[in-house]
Formats: sequence, structure tokens, C-alpha cells
Amino acid sequence: MKHLVVVGNGMAGVACVEHILKRRSDINQPDFEITIFGDETHVNYNRILLSMVLAGEKSADEIVLNDIEWYRSNNIRARLGVKISGIDRESRTVIDEEGRPTPYDKLILATGSSAFIPPIPGVDKENVHVFRTLDDTRSLLAKARKGLKTVVIGGGLLGLEAARGLQVRGCEVTVIHLMDSLMERQLDATGGEYLKRRIESLGIRVMLPRQTAALFGNGHVDGLRFATGEEMEAELVVIAAGIKPNTGLARGAGLEVNRGIVVNDFMETSDPDIFAVGECTEHRGQTFGLVAPLFDQARVLAATITENRGPVFSAPAPAAKLKIMGVDIFSAGSIDETETGVEVVRYEDPALGAYKKLLIKDNRLHGMILVGDVEDELVYMDWMRSGTDLAPLRRQLLFPPASDLGLAVADMPDSETICGCNGVRKGEIIHAIHQHGIKTMGQLKQRTKASTSCGSCAGLCEKLLRAVAPGFEVETKTTLCSCVPFSYERLREIVRGQKLKSVEEVLAVYGNRKGCEVCKPALSYMLDMLWCGDHDEDRSARFINDRVHANIQKDGTFSVVPRMRGGVTSPDELRRIADVADKYQIPMVKVTGSQRIDLLGVKKADLPNVWRDLGMPSGQAYSKGVRMVKTCVGTEFCRFGVQDSTNTGIELERRLENLFTPHKFKMGVVGCPRNCAEATVKDLGFVGQEGSWQVVVGGAAGKSVRKADLLVTVETTEEALEAGELFFQYYRENGNYLERSYDFVERLGIEKIRKETVYAPDEEKRKLLDRLHRSKDLSRDAWLERDRPANATQFVEIAPLERSEPIGERQLV
Amino acid sequence: MIWTKITRMENIPPREGRPVKIGDLEIAIFNINGRFLTIENACPHKGGPLCDGIVTGTAVVCPLHGRHFDLETGMPVRASEPSCLAVFPTRVEDGIILVDLTAGRRAMDEAAA
Repeated sequence: MKHLVVVGNGMAGVACVEHILKRRSDINQPDFEITIFGDETHVNYNRILLSMVLAGEKSADEIVLNDIEWYRSNNIRARLGVKISGIDRESRTVIDEEGRPTPYDKLILATGSSAFIPPIPGVDKENVHVFRTLDDTRSLLAKARKGLKTVVIGGGLLGLEAARGLQVRGCEVTVIHLMDSLMERQLDATGGEYLKRRIESLGIRVMLPRQTAALFGNGHVDGLRFATGEEMEAELVVIAAGIKPNTGLARGAGLEVNRGIVVNDFMETSDPDIFAVGECTEHRGQTFGLVAPLFDQARVLAATITENRGPVFSAPAPAAKLKIMGVDIFSAGSIDETETGVEVVRYEDPALGAYKKLLIKDNRLHGMILVGDVEDELVYMDWMRSGTDLAPLRRQLLFPPASDLGLAVADMPDSETICGCNGVRKGEIIHAIHQHGIKTMGQLKQRTKASTSCGSCAGLCEKLLRAVAPGFEVETKTTLCSCVPFSYERLREIVRGQKLKSVEEVLAVYGNRKGCEVCKPALSYMLDMLWCGDHDEDRSARFINDRVHANIQKDGTFSVVPRMRGGVTSPDELRRIADVADKYQIPMVKVTGSQRIDLLGVKKADLPNVWRDLGMPSGQAYSKGVRMVKTCVGTEFCRFGVQDSTNTGIELERRLENLFTPHKFKMGVVGCPRNCAEATVKDLGFVGQEGSWQVVVGGAAGKSVRKADLLVTVETTEEALEAGELFFQYYRENGNYLERSYDFVERLGIEKIRKETVYAPDEEKRKLLDRLHRSKDLSRDAWLERDRPANATQFVEIAPLERSEPIGERQLV
Repeated sequence: MIWTKITRMENIPPREGRPVKIGDLEIAIFNINGRFLTIENACPHKGGPLCDGIVTGTAVVCPLHGRHFDLETGMPVRASEPSCLAVFPTRVEDGIILVDLTAGRRAMDEAAA
């Protein structure tokens, strides 16, 4: 068998090997014994996603493309952490740094590129980094800390992504760039200006144009000096000034090299047994830094090397997308508007921060810049790829009809690449859908890796899936809000992983720094739940009801509902309630539907005194939290009762009271199936039967009416209480904010909920209960703030220090 | 300018508002991370107490029905809202918030005038 040696264990080299392996199954194909050398000690990972690792959006494990098992099962010898230092073309061997030879029949050079380090004095100082590999990322992560003065040299894709990643880690980041405009290779000056504004609004400083003359400091870097003589302080410097192909090995072996290793259309070098692929190559005078063309190269080379020489590589139009959450930038094709015959169509809206520029040549889309509004990216890319005649579409260029896209997918040939980042073609996706019965985007991503990198092909993938998969299922993925554009699930991971403890921190790092009435209360809930109450509570992020622990009414007064566990009260409590109603001239006293008493029309300033005089705990009737347990009289008085519903209800209320939930949480416990306290239309209900309890969840009798699902039937009251607690905590942890239990149960399905609560392994159950009990231990009756207010003016209307002339409505000018 | 001393700045927690009554005028003073802004307290829609609203940037959201008003200009954030509110010049001196109660301005009135 022939021996194939691949020098370089990166995306292009391994992609090529994958294509060679795919051809293995075909008879009559030459088979290879394969050895891959990688100078990094890691398996092949998705380099494009390093910025997401830096930002904490993905872990290092999550960006692995080929795990060690892949090498093993494909009989590939992986020599990781081994650097090849020479090629002896005469004897067809490669030699590693320690002088050990490895013979080859065919050799692929996939040596990639390295960070270009400009010749500036001082770049060798400590704390000056580049950002190119997983190890670089790890050493940056080790240095990053809150308030660290960080300068990123380079305002291109990589520099901006590195800047955002470090800022997310708490560093104070400044980006300096040699040019007048950011990302000048992908954007024009206007686009660059929009981008700059957006980057600055995230809290990153941008300084343009700045030429760095030197880095100074004693041993480690202390700052930068610009060509103008101006200086700035820096504790950490990241150089992201571009890349240069790694050509040393090829040059040493006497291969033809210019800027990169010169390859022809078949990816052959000047030696018939040596090939090259990836960022180390130069094809027709062009070198490469974006991933999509490299996958095309890999495919062409796989054909050439397996004696199927025929497919040729032609560099596709460049397309680049900035991977910073909330900063939408897309650029593709030629953006040179001075080119002859190019017409420009432009649109901008400064208020929206949106800028679109389309370059049209011969009525075909020739290039585009999209800033702040990339919704139509797929339609445009399709126009560009397919060379759509735009003459009939001239009136719709800036806001193209989205319906075009479905047809576009159907028309695409199977060989067309759908996912540029991972090199997945339409045919492969269709094949995978049929072969594995894929129904959802999640499954599609898992099987094909399509849309797992930058995500810009997600729309295209979904259209394809919708068209091809017989049982297509929409995945509901709700983004919290545009202030923090992540799904709830992702946010929970972020908050947990990044150990964020306050709403302000989350908004500063992952959001727009402002927040709004939608996301602030949701984040408040999430922090309280995830940290079991041990977070930095920020009252300003709570709705007024949760600032003053009462329910605001239409006239700005409040309603007060004391806790009356299980709906059981006493003459003493009733007397106090009556006295309070008199003393504070409360306009209405009303029995609620929840077996409690509501005092309506209380002034904010009276709240602490009303609570004190009542001497009862808060009933939380104002919050997204535990409301009450409605009970019937059960075995205590009822002649039909078979279970002690009253005391069980009181105990259930005691165990869960004072806790927050995604939405209000109402419970009911009934002593027999007559269901007098309507337990089967509550979020959690216990229905007593002779010798057992049915625990039911997800019931509703409000805007929606829904009969609760049976979670489990148990014999003892203690078991019922534990089942209730398990569901309660599970809903707290997995429910989206403002999602009632009845929507939650329908979204997840009762089977899944059973499996992960009452039928979960004991260890899992214990963990759920532990977290619940930890939260419970830190929770307390909110009305105790009557004596220890959260701040001096929590309930107070401020009286001015000075009297001044009262001024009337009419006097306003 | 006629400045009236209102209260110590620490009486208004960050990103919250507090109501102040002066004669028949009721204002709400907000602490936008150390910057104090003053607006009429009653939402023009149904009179909701803006002092109790959640702050988003330099705007406040009425707690009753979610109308947004900019605290710097008094203008509604959504163009469809027909009314605006008066805002009052506000400054801090020796830790005390001062408001010029005589200089309340409604931006839309000005535009109409």
C-alpha cells in the first residue's frame, strides 16, 4: 500500500484526508496508509471558532472536528506535537525536528499560516500575544482578567473577534488599526464607520488610524508608542495584523514558492509527488485566509491524489462574516466600486445602524456589503452564486422577496456548497436526511456539521430540510430579547460558565449594556435561580411589584395579599386584617380565587406598616413565584375525604413558599377525586385517592384551560411532596421566563419530564432537590423588608429639602 | 435658573426613579448611573407612575402599560405615542440634587409653538 504523509493537522489537510477516505469505499481506488503530522498537540479543531472559545461561548471540546477516535477508526497514524523540519525529495522522506525520517509515496503540505508579526521593536516582550491557535487562546484566557488594559493591534476580522472575546472576559480593550477604517478589505469607508460605531457601543475603544512604532516596557509590555509619538498604556497586547503562509518547509525543499506554495488548478506543486492545500498555498497569484475556498481545494486535491485527476480549483468569490454576537457584518464578492461597468445601489439608516451596498455588473450581483442588517444575505448570495439576472428585480434589490429562496435551494445542484465553513454540500445534506431520518435542525447539525460554525447557512439548511425531510419539525428556540440576543438555554450556560452574578454584568458582557423591561426581569430570575439565591440582587432590574412586594394597580396604588397557607386562616388573623383595613382606609377587601384575602388600594408608603400590623408573611401574589396551595378540607372534616389534603397542602406551601419561578405557580391539593379545590387545573396538583396520591402537573384555568398531566402516582404523602418538589425545581431550571407550566409541559413533553424528574437516577434527583433546598434556605419572606428596606427610599415618596413656589400645570412651557 | 434643593443623591438608587411632590406638580427623578434626570411623573396615557418603571438606557418604561419615554427629552420612544412629558433641568451640588422646577419643557409644545 502506498504511504500518504500529510504535514499539517488543520482544517484543510484533514478535510482533504476525509475526502480521500470517502473514496476508499469505491473499488479500484488506490488505498493509502496515512500519517498526519501536526505541530500542535491537539486533534483537528475548527479554528474559525477560536474567538467563540475566547468569548466563552464554546468550550475547547466543542470545537473539535475530528476526535482521536476518528483517527483510530480510520487507521490514520496521528503524530501530534511533531514538527517536520525537512523534506528529502530524492529519497522521498520527511524529517522531523529530532531527525527521524518518515518515508512517503505522496506528500501533502497543509502547513497553514501563522500570524504576521510586524517588525516593531518590542514585539518579543512578555504579554505580547498572537491569536491563531488553541494554545494562543488558552494563554490569552490565562492572562485575561477584569480591568486588564488590553490593546489589540489590527482591526480586521480576527482582531475584532479577539477584542470582543477579551472584553467579554472583563478586559478593558482598545483596538488600534493602521488604516482609516475597520475591516477595510471587506468594507468601504461608510461600512467601516457603521461597524466602528457598533463596536464602540459594545464598550470597545477604537483608535484609527494608528501606526505602532514600538512596544515599551521592562521585560513585559507596559505600553505602545505610536508613530506620532503618542503613547498609551497596555498590560496585554494582542497582535492580529494578518497572516502569512507557512512556506519554510517547501522553500527548503526547493519547491516553487512565491508568497505561498505555488499550486496549479489540480493542487499539484512543482514536484509530482508533492501537493499542497490550504492557507499555505498560492493559486494563480492568490493566497487564502478564509475557509470556504480551502474546502474546495481539499476536494480537488483528493480527486487528484486518488488518480481521479480532473476537477479543477478555481477560487470562489470571497465571502466574510464577522462572528461577534450582535454585530452583523457580511461582505462578499468584489467591493471595488471603481471597477469599470460596476453600478452601486446603496441604502443606509443611521438610526437602525443599517447599511447595505450592492455592486452590480452586467445586471448580475458582483459584490455586497451588509452591515447591521444581514437578513437578506442568503438571497443575495444565491443571486451572486447563480448569476441571477437582476433586470426584472431592480425595484426590489434592497429588500428582496424572501420567497425566492425556497426555489433557489431546489434549483441548486447537489455539488453546491451549502455550509462554507465546514464544506458541506447540498447532496451530502440530502443524503444524510434520508439515511438518518433527520427531522430537526439540531439533528442535521449533529450529523453533517452544516451550520455549526458561523451559522450563516442556517436559513438555507432549514429550507432544504423543510423541502426534503418528510417529518420536518420546527425547533422552537426563543431568543430572550434583542438586548441579549441568545436563547434561554445558551444564556443559562453563559451565566453559569462565566460566573456572572448580576444583571448589569450580563448586559455589559453579552448584551447592549442597556437592557429593557423584557430582559431585565428575566435575567433577574435566571441569576436568582442559577445561583440558588446567592447572586447580586439588583432591584432596578425588577418590575415594580418585586421592588416593593405588592401588586401595582391601575391608579398606582398596590394590593396586599398575605399568605394564608392552604387557605386556612384564624379568627385572630381575620381580626388583624379587619383592623388594618380600617386603620389604613383600604378601599376594598376582597376574597380571591385562591382562597386568600386581598387588600386593594394601599399606598406605597403604607406598605411596611400594613405588613407589620398584619403580622403575616407575604403571599407573593404580585410576583412570578410561588402563589399558593388551594386545598379542600379532606379527611379532617369532609365525609368523602380519603387523604389529609389540608395539612398536605399547608406543608407543600411551606416547602416552596418565597421562591421565584419562571411564571406564577399555583398549586392545589384535594382529598378525593371530586377535586373541590381544582387541583387538576393547577401548575402542580395532588389528587388524593384511597391509599395513594396522583401528582399532576401543567394544569391551567386562566387564559388557557388545560387539564394537568399525570406525573406519577405514589403511596405516601412524603413521596408526593418529593415528586412535587422535583417537578417544581425542574420547571425552575428549564422553564423560559414567562412560560407557564402548561406551556412548559407541552414544550418538553410529559415523558421527558417524568424521565428527568421522578424516574431520574437517584443521583440526579438528589442534585435537583439539593439545589431547591439551597435556594429555599437563602429565601425569606419579602415583607421582612418592612424593617430592613433594600434601600432608604424603597417605599418613600421623597419630600423636597426646600419649599419652593408650587408651580401648576399651566406654567409649564 | 431657579434651583430647588430636592434630596441627597444617594436617596435615588442607580437605575431607579423616585417621586417628588411639589404643590400640584409631581416629578420623578432618575439616577442613570450617576446622572440625574427629571421628568413629569404621570404617564400621559393613563397616569401611570413613571418613577416605578424599569429604566432602559436613558428611557423609562411605564409600569402600567409599557409606554416608553426618553428621560432627556420627555419624548415618547415610539413614534405612535401622541403625547410627551416635561423634563426639568437637574444638577448635583455637594451631593444634593437640584431641579429647576420653573423650567420644565415639553418638546412637542415647542415644536407646535
